[in-house]
Amino acid sequence: MKRRPNYLAGLGSLVWLFLIGLPLYVMLAATLQDRSDYSSNGPLAFPKHLTLHNYTQDFSNGFGHFFLNTLVVTLAVVAIVLLVVPPLAYAIVRSQGRITTGIFRLFLLGLAIPAQAVIVPMFYVISKAGLYDNLIGVILPTAAFSLPVCALILTGVMREISPELYEAMAMDGATPWRVFFQLVVPLSKSGLSTIVVFSALQAWNGFLFPLVLTQSDSSKVITLGLFNFQTEHGIDIPGLLAAVVLSMLPIFIVYLFARRALVQGLMGVGGK
Amino acid sequence: MTTSAEPRVERRRSVRRSGAAVARPGFAWAAPATLFFLLFAVVPLILVAVLSFTNWDGLSSPQYAGLDNWKALIHDHVMIQSLWLSVLITVLGVVVQTPLSILLGVWAAGKQRNRAILSAIYFIPLLLSATAISILWRALLDPNFGVPSQAKWLFGDGNLFGHQTSAIGVLVFVGAWQYTPFHTLIYQGATRAIPPVLYQAAEIDGAGTIRQFFSITLPQLRTTMITSMILMVVGGLTTFDTVLILTQGGPGTDTTISAYYMYEQAFKSFDFGGGSAIALVLVIIATIISLIVVKVSGYDKMRSSTEGL
Repeated sequence: MKRRPNYLAGLGSLVWLFLIGLPLYVMLAATLQDRSDYSSNGPLAFPKHLTLHNYTQDFSNGFGHFFLNTLVVTLAVVAIVLLVVPPLAYAIVRSQGRITTGIFRLFLLGLAIPAQAVIVPMFYVISKAGLYDNLIGVILPTAAFSLPVCALILTGVMREISPELYEAMAMDGATPWRVFFQLVVPLSKSGLSTIVVFSALQAWNGFLFPLVLTQSDSSKVITLGLFNFQTEHGIDIPGLLAAVVLSMLPIFIVYLFARRALVQGLMGVGGK
Repeated sequence: MTTSAEPRVERRRSVRRSGAAVARPGFAWAAPATLFFLLFAVVPLILVAVLSFTNWDGLSSPQYAGLDNWKALIHDHVMIQSLWLSVLITVLGVVVQTPLSILLGVWAAGKQRNRAILSAIYFIPLLLSATAISILWRALLDPNFGVPSQAKWLFGDGNLFGHQTSAIGVLVFVGAWQYTPFHTLIYQGATRAIPPVLYQAAEIDGAGTIRQFFSITLPQLRTTMITSMILMVVGGLTTFDTVLILTQGGPGTDTTISAYYMYEQAFKSFDFGGGSAIALVLVIIATIISLIVVKVSGYDKMRSSTEGL
């Protein structure tokens, strides 16, 4: 198919490239120079004396620990999602009962619940459960709020498995367990990787639940560390931006090596 | 997107029912996820309604207060203003992001090599958390050390956070910076799914690029536009992190939108009952919008319109 170039969109895309590129350049440039250099040269200048001091300083300010907390939360959320969503999607797709239909509707409606709307009662529930300022108290709601999207993604994938395959396994007298592990799970690999990426991103970038459910440094995650850094030392822009770079580094590495899986996981963000 | 793992998707699902001998999973398989979701999402949602009829300072036990919070809310001019601001920021967001992401998405759907590289750069904002993006822009637009201090001819006194108009402008701009790549991806996928035959036919009829764009591309993207706009509306109405980090609702209460006002009432003024009432208003609005989503597009159609991403 031959089409003439779309000049308007081409021009727009160049403007957009500038709008995306400039902040990223300022961010990287700022983190590689001293605070005094940054304030005297201005944000747009190329750094004269390169230094990694901002990064090392962030680590000595506890960012290593926040990093570790975020990692724990992320791994736990992914583990919960992987444990409960595949059986759920399997039941929704294969069970013909009314209850599972109702359950599917419940999760569809669940997509509509904004996390912002439940932070007050969540604070109540988590405090009553004695989990305030505890990573478990962050993990549980974060995992719960990734369930609707994950369920939707995985049921979509499992619906594509053809009924003939189930029948073939039924001929062999396979139990639901065997069907699940030998047929459904292997054929849902793409969906599984998508929900892993989606829930991991939700957990890694999560801000609202840690903000209202934790307090002390020992249970602080990296997004909250960034926020506190900004409110307390907002004037140290290079240090702050170095922390921002550190927080996105793991996702960036995944982006380089598994771009496809990451983009698919990201697309889950919108609730499809 | 969903079909790659399986070689035999070509065959459409047959209408015929599978034999009774097939062992089917009971609803017990769905129980763990369902119980978990009920406990941590549905129960809090019910609790938010209950708490809106109580006085609670966050420490002692909630006390029943009847309609007090609701009466106060109706007469609270900050609340009324916050709803208007939420709507304003949401509408501005849709107006700015929709044309941008359609143009970028259609452009990125082309197959040229340079587009692939540029697209990879475009999508970088998707990798950053909302927190990181807001902090980055707060630092970039800092009145003393940021870009505005370097370009006074463009930014006036350089304090973009000091005036209502420019503060709202910043919120809309940062929102667009953050979310346009996502919507661009949606449009890119949808554009690639348009059958090439349509363009070939148009070319035979002598339609130019612009004519093709308005007569084929845009109409074909209709469902996608609905989906994308609804996502923008729901996201816009619940904007929170951006406001908390960029403007803290200021100057004064000039950018205090509803979601941020709820947080302030509950966690800053320790009026958790009043905060719950605001939260319930947000839930009702979000529910109405999502019911429209289900009615207008239907989730099944939504899947197929974005296939091949």
